[in-house]
Amino acid sequence: MRETLASSLRTHLGAYATIGAVVTALAGGFAYTAGWLSPGRLTPTKLVDAFAPPGGPALGHRRNHAKGICFTGVFESNGQGSASSRAAVFAPGTFPALGRFNLGTADPGAPDATVRVRGLGLQITAANGEVWRSAMIDAPVFPVSTPQAFYDLLLVSRSKDPDALKTFAAAHPEFAAFGAWAKNAPYTGSYAEERYNSLNTFLLVAASGAERAARWSFVPQGPVVPISAADLAARGPDHLEKEIAERVAKAPQRWTAQLTLADPGDPTADPSRAWPETRATVAVGTLVVERIEAEPDGPCRDINFDPTLLPDGIRVSDDPFPAARSAAYARSFDLRTAEAKHYPSR
Amino acid sequence: MTGPVQTFTRLQRALHWVMAASILAMLFIGVGMVSTVGPQYLSLITTHKTLGIALFVLALVRLAVRARSGAPPLPADLPRPLQLAAAASHYLLYALMIALPLIGWGMLSASAYPIVLFGPVRLPAILPQSDALRTLLWHAHVYLALAFFALILLHLAAALFHGLVRRDGVLASMTLAANRRGDASGP
Repeated sequence: MRETLASSLRTHLGAYATIGAVVTALAGGFAYTAGWLSPGRLTPTKLVDAFAPPGGPALGHRRNHAKGICFTGVFESNGQGSASSRAAVFAPGTFPALGRFNLGTADPGAPDATVRVRGLGLQITAANGEVWRSAMIDAPVFPVSTPQAFYDLLLVSRSKDPDALKTFAAAHPEFAAFGAWAKNAPYTGSYAEERYNSLNTFLLVAASGAERAARWSFVPQGPVVPISAADLAARGPDHLEKEIAERVAKAPQRWTAQLTLADPGDPTADPSRAWPETRATVAVGTLVVERIEAEPDGPCRDINFDPTLLPDGIRVSDDPFPAARSAAYARSFDLRTAEAKHYPSR
Repeated sequence: MTGPVQTFTRLQRALHWVMAASILAMLFIGVGMVSTVGPQYLSLITTHKTLGIALFVLALVRLAVRARSGAPPLPADLPRPLQLAAAASHYLLYALMIALPLIGWGMLSASAYPIVLFGPVRLPAILPQSDALRTLLWHAHVYLALAFFALILLHLAAALFHGLVRRDGVLASMTLAANRRGDASGP
């Protein structure tokens, strides 16, 4: 005879309790893993949201380094990197490159002279199809040592407390080096005159399997003319994009790709600490920027310059930033591609 | 209960339990990786991509095995609505097992990401870059995965209902290590 639900519940109370407990435990573990029970956890969403200016983010744009312009060109590898890394991008040859010159701001309309940090997003595709993406900035060191400290710095920059930055700097002595650069370093009048640095440390894996920690920089081959912030402001709010377009239209612009190899004991996990000037460097090739394209229809617009998208032969080190950046870039990319209608092609 | 318990074949049971553990791991890794900025983010992502493709292949194998070996019948006294719910939920489970890896692969393709697994093994893009497509696939991946987890909880609750309340041999058909019929004619 078929039993009613009520009588079944009475008869099998223990069994139903077991079923409920199993399902609840699994669902609870899932919620915990997802961070739904941990409001204090630093998530990619929190980190990305912290970039937003008071009026909200610029929809459809990158959540940071929002102002930028695309380029295409080539990477001429001279083969010198092959001794340190088996990555196909270091084999001798000429490989297609695309990238983006940008300003470290959440506002795509920010006047050039109001932004301290300039960046280079780069993608090089080796002959075997392997991709190397990197996102570099012109600062010589990163402001802080950990992703949590970086998040705290973002909160400070939005704080109404006039002493917030002073308090932060006191609690984070590593901030002094970046702070001094930001305050004292001259500007230049061109994206082409900037040196772009990985700051993060990666491991180069040689054909033998031997690993060596390294950072890299793209060093301008042309002359660098320092100018003041006032000079830059006088050239107009969008000077950098106009200037690089005109300059590249006249002649390709070149940067030397340079690996800096760590010695044992060099700080690899902390991009706020520079390595001694005496470290060995290897010039591994030349980035040639051949063509500038506006971002709305440009080839860089839909590229996420995630610095952990690396070819075989380069991998992440114990530096905590590439993983944090990858997680945050993915979130920013999810958001801005979903908002594409707010940033239409021209 | 009358007669000997009819069970799934040994291969079907092996596939079920290996995939059950892997799929649960995938769902936990999925929600875990998108909520962390820690160093584990990268290994979680790589594991998610690699295991996802492995599960896609296993799901196809499993579907073929199911087509060949069939399934033990549900108890005749199981109410009709529950029979229908069982059939529908199994179709959904199979559909999600196959769709979720494909949607994930398509999402990475439409994002113009290089798709690098453990190894490093590289997979080709299966879709062209497209903001609209990747947004659609991203939402589909997230919400279908959450639905998958909910369905798995329901599946688990139903299995335990069969095993603890009805004691009708349905749970045993997937858990029994040895049985008369399955092993005699098994794979």
